Amino acid sequence: MKDLPEHGSLVGDWLAMEGSRLVVATGKVDLGQRISTALRRIAAGELGLPLEAVEVRAPVTGTAPDEGITSGSNSIIQSGASLRAAAATARGALLELAADALAIAPGSVRLRDGLAVDPQSNRSVALADLWPDLPGDLVLDPSAPLHIPPAGITEAPPAPPSGMADMVRGAHRYVHDLRLEGMLHARVVRPPHDRARLIALDPDSVTRTEAEGLRIVQDGSFIAVAGTPEWQVIRATRRLASTADWDTGDGLPEGDPVAMLDTLTRITLSVRDGLPVRETPATPLDAPDVTVTMHRPYQMHAALGPSAALAVWDGALLDITCHSQGIYPLRKTMAEALGMAETAIRIAHMPGSGCYGHNGADDAAFDAALVALAIKDRPVLLKWTREEEHAFEPYFPATTVTVSARLEKGRIAAWSAEATGDTHRGRPRPGAHKAGPKRLLASRFREDALAPYIGEPNMNREGGLHRNLEPPYAVGPRRLVKNLVPSMPLRTSALRTLGATLNVVAAEQAMDLLAESAGADPLAFRRAHLDDPDHARVVAALGEAWTAPMVAPEAGAEAVVGRGVGYARYKNAAARVGAVADVSVSAEGEIAVSRLFMAADAGRVVDPDGLRAQLEGGALQALSWLLIEEVRWDRDGILTRDWDSYPVLRFDQVPEIAIKLIDRPDTPSLGAGEAACGPVAAAIAGAVRAAVGFLPSRMPFTPEVMRDTAMAL
Amino acid sequence: MGGLSLSINGKTRAIASDPDTPLLFVLRDELGLTGAKLGCGLQQCGACAVLVDGQAELSCMTPAHAFAGREILTVEAMAEHPVGRRVQAAFVDEAAAQCGYCTPGLVVAATALLSRTPSPDRAATVEALTPHLCRCGSHPRVLRAVARAAGAEGAAP
Repeated sequence: MKDLPEHGSLVGDWLAMEGSRLVVATGKVDLGQRISTALRRIAAGELGLPLEAVEVRAPVTGTAPDEGITSGSNSIIQSGASLRAAAATARGALLELAADALAIAPGSVRLRDGLAVDPQSNRSVALADLWPDLPGDLVLDPSAPLHIPPAGITEAPPAPPSGMADMVRGAHRYVHDLRLEGMLHARVVRPPHDRARLIALDPDSVTRTEAEGLRIVQDGSFIAVAGTPEWQVIRATRRLASTADWDTGDGLPEGDPVAMLDTLTRITLSVRDGLPVRETPATPLDAPDVTVTMHRPYQMHAALGPSAALAVWDGALLDITCHSQGIYPLRKTMAEALGMAETAIRIAHMPGSGCYGHNGADDAAFDAALVALAIKDRPVLLKWTREEEHAFEPYFPATTVTVSARLEKGRIAAWSAEATGDTHRGRPRPGAHKAGPKRLLASRFREDALAPYIGEPNMNREGGLHRNLEPPYAVGPRRLVKNLVPSMPLRTSALRTLGATLNVVAAEQAMDLLAESAGADPLAFRRAHLDDPDHARVVAALGEAWTAPMVAPEAGAEAVVGRGVGYARYKNAAARVGAVADVSVSAEGEIAVSRLFMAADAGRVVDPDGLRAQLEGGALQALSWLLIEEVRWDRDGILTRDWDSYPVLRFDQVPEIAIKLIDRPDTPSLGAGEAACGPVAAAIAGAVRAAVGFLPSRMPFTPEVMRDTAMAL
Repeated sequence: MGGLSLSINGKTRAIASDPDTPLLFVLRDELGLTGAKLGCGLQQCGACAVLVDGQAELSCMTPAHAFAGREILTVEAMAEHPVGRRVQAAFVDEAAAQCGYCTPGLVVAATALLSRTPSPDRAATVEALTPHLCRCGSHPRVLRAVARAAGAEGAAP
C-alpha cells in the first residue's frame, strides 16, 4: 500500500455508519470508471455487508482523504488498498466487540449480511449496533489481516454499477444539471485562440446585453456573461464574441508538428529503469536491423459533455462544485491564483461526462469562480460550449517515437527507443513560480495575466513521455532517451496513458519487424524474449486468438485482411494486457477493425464486469486515436472545433470484442482503464501492416495517410 | 412571447420561453427535465435525443415552436413507455454505460428503433445508433442491451 493520504490515517476517515448504511469516503472521483462500485465491493467484502448497504460519497475538500489526482489507473491501487486496510482494521475491532456481546471467542464470530453471527447458536448482533462502540481514534492498520472473499472471478456476484439505474432514467445528476434558487447561467466570451487579447467589446453589443438584464463580467481579456434564461445568455455571448475587437498578434505558429519536434529547442534526458537521469545519451545504434518511427498528432480528450462548474461566493467562502480529477490540488492553485486562503475555498466533486484525463474541468471551475466572485451571493453555473471544449481544452502533446534494434542469431541484441514531445503536465498542480495558476486557462487572459506554463521534464518513474519507453522484453543493452520540446504551439496536458500508448505502438511494430527478420512467428518471438512468467502467461493466453482462422473479406469487396498482436505491462508495473486484432483494409485505404481479443492480468479482480468495461473502453478509445483523431490548426485558431472536423469512433466502427481475465487472487488489485490502450493500438497497427505490407509513420491511419504512405513506397 | 404550448410526457405545458429557443433549453432550463443532455448543440452527437411522435429527434437546435402539436416524450417518460421500460432494464442488465452522459439519448434512440423494428439485426441497430457518440467506449454493451431488449419482446411489462 502507498503512504496514507492526509485526512486518511484513521478508520473513521474512510468509513462511517449512518443508520444501517456504511458510508465510504474516498479522495478519488468516479469518472465513469466505476471506482465507486469497486470500492463498495471492497468494503462490503471485508465487512460482510450486502452491497446495497454500502455507499460511496463524492469527495469534498476538507473532509475527504486528500488523494491528489484521480489518474494513471491508480485509484484501485491507492484508494482501494487504503480502504481495504481501513475496512480490515474495522473488521478486527468489530470482531472483538461482537465476541464480547455474544460471549464467544473473536475467532468464532462470522460477519454476514450486516450481522455478526455466532454460528453455533445463530445468535447475532448488527454491525450497525456495534459500530458506535468503535474507538473514534481507531488508527488504520496497513497490516491488518485481509478478509478477501475466496471467490475468484466466476463467483463474484454481479451487480449493476453505481448510478446505472439513474443513468437510464435521465436521473443521474451531472454538474450541468444543477438548478439552485437564484442561480445564474454563465458563458465565456472566447477569443479566436488562446494568444488573442481583447482590444474592446463592441459598445452596442454591450448595451444590448445589459438591456436584456444580463451581467458582463470582465477581468482583462477574460469576459463572461451571466444571467437567465440560459439561451439568452448563450445568444448574448455569441454576439459579444463575434463583434469584439481582438488583437490576434502573430496568431498560432503554423507548421507540421513532426517538423517542429525535429527543429525546436529540446531538453534531452536519458532514461534508466524507468527513471529519467540528467546525462547525455549514448550514440544511436550503429546499423540497426530495424527502425520504426511513429508520430502521434495533437489529440483531444473530447469529452462528450463540455466542461461545467458551479460557484457561489458569499463574501467569506467560495464554494465550488465541479468535475475536476483533483479537488485538493485545484483548491491550492485557485487559492494562490486568487490570493485567497485555502480555507476560504471549498471544492466538491460532482460528475461531469467522462474526461479521460485533464480536460477543461479545472479551467471551467476557475472560470466559474471568477464570475461568482464578481456577483456575490448568486450561484453561477458556467458551462463551456462544444466549440470551446474542442478549441481550448489542453491537448495530448504531438509526439514522435523512434525505436531501433539489432538482432544477433535470431535474438534481440541491442535496443534504442527515443520519445520526443511537449509536456503532459498541464494539470494545475501548485509549484514554484506560480506553476499552478499558470496552468489555469483564464490566467493568461486576466488583467494581471500570467505567461503560459513552460513544461519541465517529468523526472518520475514511468512519467509522461517515457512511460513504457522501456520494453518488457529481454533486448540486451538499451538506449532510452526522452526529449522534451517545451515550446510547441498548443497547450497540452495529461490524456489517458500519457506517452505509453505511442511508446508501446512503436516498440511492438519493431518487434514485428524483428520477428520477420528473424524468420519467427511474431507471437513466438515475443514469448522467446519474455523471461518473467507473469508476462509469458498473458502472452500465452493470446495463442488461441492468434491461430484462429481469419474471417475473409466479404465476397466482391476489394479488401485485404491482416492480424496483429500487441503486449505491454502498463507503466511496467501495473496491469498486463495482450491483444490480437483483425482488420480489413479497403482499396481506398479505409481500415475496419473486425475483431479484438484481449487477455488481461490486473491482479486480484474486484469487479470483473467493471474490469471488462475498463478494458473495452480503453481499447475503443485507442482504436479511435490510432485511426481517426487529429487536432488541426492554422494561424487564426483551432480548425477542429466540432464532431465533424474532429470525428471520434462511432457505432459503425466498433469491432467484436472478446476478453479473457486472468485472476490473480494472491496479488494486489490493479487499475485497468489505461492498460489496454497501448497493446490494442499496437495490435491494430500490426494488423494493418500485415494486411497491406507497409506501416504508416504517422497517426491517425486515415485513408489519406494510407494512400500517401503507399504512394511514397 | 406568445402562447406556445407543447405536449411533453403526456401533459400539455404552457411554455414561457421565447418560442425560438431550441427545445433542449426549454426542457432543461425552463421545465427542469434535465435527462436530455447537451453534447454539442450542433446535431452531431445525439445526447439530446427525445421521442417526437415516436421518432428519435435531436432537440438541441430545432426551435421549440417547431414541436407544437407533436407528442414529445423525454427519457424521464421512458419508464412509462412499454418499449422504453424494456430498454432501460436491458441497459442496466448489460451495465451499458460508463459516465452515462450519452445514455439518455441512446435509451431514446433504442426505444424508437425497437418500437418500429421489434427485432433489428445488428446492422440495423448500428445504423440507428451511429448518430450517437459514446466517448467512454460502451458501444459493445449498448449493442448487447438493444439485442437483449429486443429478445425480451413479449415478456411481461
